[in-house]
Amino acid sequence: MSYVLPAIPSVDRVGADARAAVFTRRSIKNEAKRAALATMVAMTDLTTLEGMDTPDKVRRLCRKAIRPIPDERVPSCAAVCVYPPFVSVAREALEGSGVAVAAVSTAFPSGHSFLDVRLDETRRTVEAGAHEIDMVIDRGAFLAGEHARVHDEVAAVKEACGPAHLKVILETGELQTYDNVRRASQIAMDAGADFIKTSTGKVTPAATLPVCLVMSEAIRDHYLATGVRVGLKAAGGIRTAKQAWQYLVMVKETLGDAWLTPDLFRLGASSLVNDALQQWERLETGRYQSADYFSED
Amino acid sequence: MTNEHDPVRKTYKLYVGGQFVRSESGRTLRQLDARGAFFANCAKGSRKDLREAVRAARGAFGGWSTRSAFNRSQILYRLAEMLEGRAAAFTELLVTLCGRDRDDAKREVAASVDRVFWYAGWCDKFTQVLGGVNPIASPYNNFSFAEPTGVVVVVAPRGGGLIELVSALLPPLAAGNACLVLVDADVPVIGLELAEVVATSDVPAGVVGVLASEITELVPHAADHMDVNAIACFGGDPELRRDLAERAAANIKRVAWFDERSVVDWLADEGRSPYWIEKFVEWKTSWHPVGV
Amino acid sequence: MSEFDVKEIQPQAKAPRPPRTDGARELLFGDLWEYAPSRESTDLVRLDPCYGHYVGGEWIDGGARFEVLNPATEEVLTEVQAAGPEIVDRAVEAARDAFHGWATLHPSRRAKCLYHIGRAIQERSRELAVLETLDNGKPIRETRDVDVPLAAAHFLYYAGWADKLDYAFPGAKVSPLGVAGQVIPWNFPLLMAAWKIAPALACGNTVVLKPAETTPLTAIWLARICEEAGVPPGVVNVVQGDGDTGRALVSHPGVDKIAFTGSTEVGREIQRTLAGTEKRLTLELGGKGANIVFEDAPLDQAVEGIVDGIWFNQGQVCCAGSRLLVQESILDTVLTKLRHRIATLRVGDPLDKNTDVGAINSRSQLDRVRRYVDIGVEEGAQMHRLACELPSRGYFFPPTFFTGVAQSHRIAQEEIFGPVLAIQTFRTPKEAVDLANNSPYGLSAGVWSDKGSKVFAMSRALRAGVVWGNTFNQLDPASPFGGYKESGFGREGGRHGLLPYLEIKG
Repeated sequence: MSYVLPAIPSVDRVGADARAAVFTRRSIKNEAKRAALATMVAMTDLTTLEGMDTPDKVRRLCRKAIRPIPDERVPSCAAVCVYPPFVSVAREALEGSGVAVAAVSTAFPSGHSFLDVRLDETRRTVEAGAHEIDMVIDRGAFLAGEHARVHDEVAAVKEACGPAHLKVILETGELQTYDNVRRASQIAMDAGADFIKTSTGKVTPAATLPVCLVMSEAIRDHYLATGVRVGLKAAGGIRTAKQAWQYLVMVKETLGDAWLTPDLFRLGASSLVNDALQQWERLETGRYQSADYFSED
Repeated sequence: MTNEHDPVRKTYKLYVGGQFVRSESGRTLRQLDARGAFFANCAKGSRKDLREAVRAARGAFGGWSTRSAFNRSQILYRLAEMLEGRAAAFTELLVTLCGRDRDDAKREVAASVDRVFWYAGWCDKFTQVLGGVNPIASPYNNFSFAEPTGVVVVVAPRGGGLIELVSALLPPLAAGNACLVLVDADVPVIGLELAEVVATSDVPAGVVGVLASEITELVPHAADHMDVNAIACFGGDPELRRDLAERAAANIKRVAWFDERSVVDWLADEGRSPYWIEKFVEWKTSWHPVGV
Repeated sequence: MSEFDVKEIQPQAKAPRPPRTDGARELLFGDLWEYAPSRESTDLVRLDPCYGHYVGGEWIDGGARFEVLNPATEEVLTEVQAAGPEIVDRAVEAARDAFHGWATLHPSRRAKCLYHIGRAIQERSRELAVLETLDNGKPIRETRDVDVPLAAAHFLYYAGWADKLDYAFPGAKVSPLGVAGQVIPWNFPLLMAAWKIAPALACGNTVVLKPAETTPLTAIWLARICEEAGVPPGVVNVVQGDGDTGRALVSHPGVDKIAFTGSTEVGREIQRTLAGTEKRLTLELGGKGANIVFEDAPLDQAVEGIVDGIWFNQGQVCCAGSRLLVQESILDTVLTKLRHRIATLRVGDPLDKNTDVGAINSRSQLDRVRRYVDIGVEEGAQMHRLACELPSRGYFFPPTFFTGVAQSHRIAQEEIFGPVLAIQTFRTPKEAVDLANNSPYGLSAGVWSDKGSKVFAMSRALRAGVVWGNTFNQLDPASPFGGYKESGFGREGGRHGLLPYLEIKG
């Protein structure tokens, strides 16, 4: 039977924006900040998705993800996120570290390829050692109203993932309206997504707080209706620790403490970690920090 | 032997809910002419007549206030037409009952017709002139528009002047209120005659009521009434005004004074203003987010 | 309250790592990551031991002293003197003396005075926010983000009108009224002072302001700001005191206009007092705003609107959405969302930047709220409230709502002026309108629906001075505000806010 999008509440943009703005006004100080900094590092999918990526670059990133700074109270990152050809390199570099290998798949970032090619890419990426697959939905199909097609493709990729966790990238910057974000979130969750993720990082705007709020509300209502906890990944545009803890505040106050774990919330970022580390050192030493003292990758 | 017509005398009745009715009290007022001779008997409104009239006005308010402003203006233009049609009769009444000089009476009636005509045109304009879009600092569509206050009691001036009566009645009426006119016992006939004009001019039943009585008898009950939202008081001695204002506080009535001291010549342009319509409206400000 | 069947909304403690799927379907709002205290410093605020009145550009003493408490701690902040008739007399006299000069001052100079007041409020915003929070008990988040910026914006808005009055009312000649006596409430002390003073001054009137006796402090700062802004002596006067002072001001023969914001009960008394005088009057009184949520509403934003509607400023808001009307089909969904949302509200120290709900303004107001909650329970409505730890001192009350409320219940009809929401259901739009309008009040209403034509139809049908469609409790200096029916008459804000302070001819 063909998938039909269930009735879901509409989203008022101004109201959602206003609510999101409240989270940015929470004051995070001292111990709360220290906890947030450690948590956000642990939730980060350290990402490199460049045409000029090389195995060496990926290895450096893996090293950084395992031990961001010598201070052992700062945890490892959640995962390293790469293109499929670098999965085996990353898998080797991360072996035994607890840091997962995530790979983008399904003709990332546009998704415009043949379905069998996308499914095959996914299967081969998992076989190469990826623990997590970050797929993209067909935004064109979604915007054309082909909800069932989007749903069925996500379900097919989920099946192709086998044991790997599936993150479904909605590319919210291309969906444009919050109503679309909410609908696409619902479709992805109904199709079996383990995570829903905002963006590829290749489209502006990428992650925004209100968009993540709308996705969180979809996740929350899905959990209350089905008992299934779906994760959220905010990716792209999150560069500072302050931005990141605003996301944590949003998650805490929308989904509750149960989601404050890398199992259910991720930040897809590359430069965020160093800002978090600088802030950590600032708390430790009382001195404002310089980028010169933190490894680039 | 000539067959000279002996005029049939009219019994003047109260105008309540679109009907001409006698007072439930069975009382009457004697209308004398300016020389003191008997002119007519008029039903004398009682407290219970007031109660019925307010009930009728409340019943009529919803329909009147939600008509299109264009339609209200058409009906008030029709009122001007009907008044024009009875210009001669009103001139005669002003001469006979109020002792006006005939030319003055003609001028007053003409000015009264023009006043109704003028206010009729305001129905679908004042909210545009006096309300509008508010340029607020957040992403909302925000605008203010006027809605009628509700049931308005119009305390007509003593002395029976037509121009003062229409000058006090038309602002709340044009605003979309249901109006109940209280005319004093000294010259009740002008007001009751105006009710006949109203009755023939498409004004829906109950939108305008006219009660004649001793003003001092009915005003306290009107001012006390919890279902009357506003009072337009034309003149009145200081004690009546104080008493009215004090009682009006019972349900926070709006009270507007049509003060003979502030207007020298009611026939002139100073006797009309869109800002008098404004006294009988409530401004509603509506907000809605702007965003896709 | 234990003898009643109270449903408490329990925040959970330490959350364990959750399974992917569970049957509990309950959200955990706990302390896995607790916000550390983030208390705004009070160093900026230096209080004298006692304050008098600002009259004719001077600070004068007079009247019995009374204590000003911090409602969050019950500590005495300072003392203030209560003006008797002779002080009120001097203040009105000073305002009278200053009137001619102020009214005939070049309009652009009046405009600049108001402009400078607005700027000074912005410049001293932190100090004013802290002071207001100390005095009122409301969270610093609100004084910082709402009260103080809006107060500044109000002066800046009306500054622009001061030299454009000839264009405000087409076809009319306008002139100031004279001396305005202004009596304001304790729920938004600085903001209400701004709402009163800014339009009055813009129109060329002089004022005697009487702040509420539980919140006299920001008006003192505002008087100082006026002085620094170059407002001539006597144009703004502030007399402190309680209802007796207010009565002396209202009944003073030298006053030409009274503007009052407060309870309908006092408004009625003032209207009676003014009977038989030539004084103008505007009243901004109580309310029992209906917040109407249809099944096609943007529900998550509607829940925010419900929360803002009744728990903003501890519900001590005349335009609060104290009645929630929910379409029957979505009652359970809305209640679930509301419960989850309440669980994240942070009640406590108003100076903590993360506090959402602060202290009730006074002991007597707290008693009133408690009394109404008792009444609600006795009437048979079902009480739900946030099970949170309240500070051991101070006038705190947890966010509370009632379900199973009938229109005949007192908690559905009377203004509680506290963090207590009465929830009722409806089935059709007409039923919603009937319930909403079935009240002597008519100040505010809210409508939540995704269908534009329905929002407009409801906006027209609701007898209220402000109708918020898909939002609630929004205020702006350019937006007229005021009530229908027993919520008062006259408008504050926008061009309409000039009318109560002008004689209009033409």
